[in-house]
Amino acid sequence: MLKIGKPAYEQVRRHGEETYPHECCGVLLGQMDGDSRAVTSIARCGNTRSDSPQNRYNIDPRELVRIQREGRVRGEDIVGFYHSHPDHPARWSQTDLAEAHWIGCSYVITSVEKGKAVLTNSFELAGTDENDKKFVDEKIDVT
Amino acid sequence: MPKIQIPTPLRQYAGKEPAVEVKAATVGEALYGLVARHPELRRHLYTDDGKLRAFVNVYLNDEDVRYLQKEATAVKETDSISIVPSIAGGSAQR
Repeated sequence: MLKIGKPAYEQVRRHGEETYPHECCGVLLGQMDGDSRAVTSIARCGNTRSDSPQNRYNIDPRELVRIQREGRVRGEDIVGFYHSHPDHPARWSQTDLAEAHWIGCSYVITSVEKGKAVLTNSFELAGTDENDKKFVDEKIDVT
Repeated sequence: MPKIQIPTPLRQYAGKEPAVEVKAATVGEALYGLVARHPELRRHLYTDDGKLRAFVNVYLNDEDVRYLQKEATAVKETDSISIVPSIAGGSAQR
């Protein structure tokens, strides 16, 4: 399960609307709590895939290093990531799975249709390594 | 000693520690020392032929070591080494 406060949840969805028709992306920070993840803040990131921003995203690792460092100061860990699917369902794609490597983290996807955020779903990247990783639907508990 | 920051998914293989201090003069020595102490990390960081996996980024402070001297990059006592698996994807089908 992914636990997230209403303001952070809305920020994730608004981000997807703001970058439409391009994919947005960002980091979810908080605490790992057994099988669930509790989000206490989010960090917006730039999408470095300028060659195909309407259907691809990539976060600059340098940005991740900074976000991770700033999170440590606040006692937060990286617990997941989010991105949008402009005019595409809020389901993970083969590209999403192939390029997901943070096992045990949440991957949140928001579908944005004609500039309006519609569905937001979360998937836990389960498994033990690159060979058996898979996305598993998880409930989002918006508080 | 240089400190290696462990990303959340790999902490379970590193004694659940968020960071590990390793005595080392280079980035490669630091990673070698980390894997020697926590052997379960090896398959997550390296391919079967001993190369760092393509999606594993290694940063020395704020610099990607690929653009420094890679694993031969010298490290100082106060340096921070970050292991950062890449974050990418998108709705495009492969």
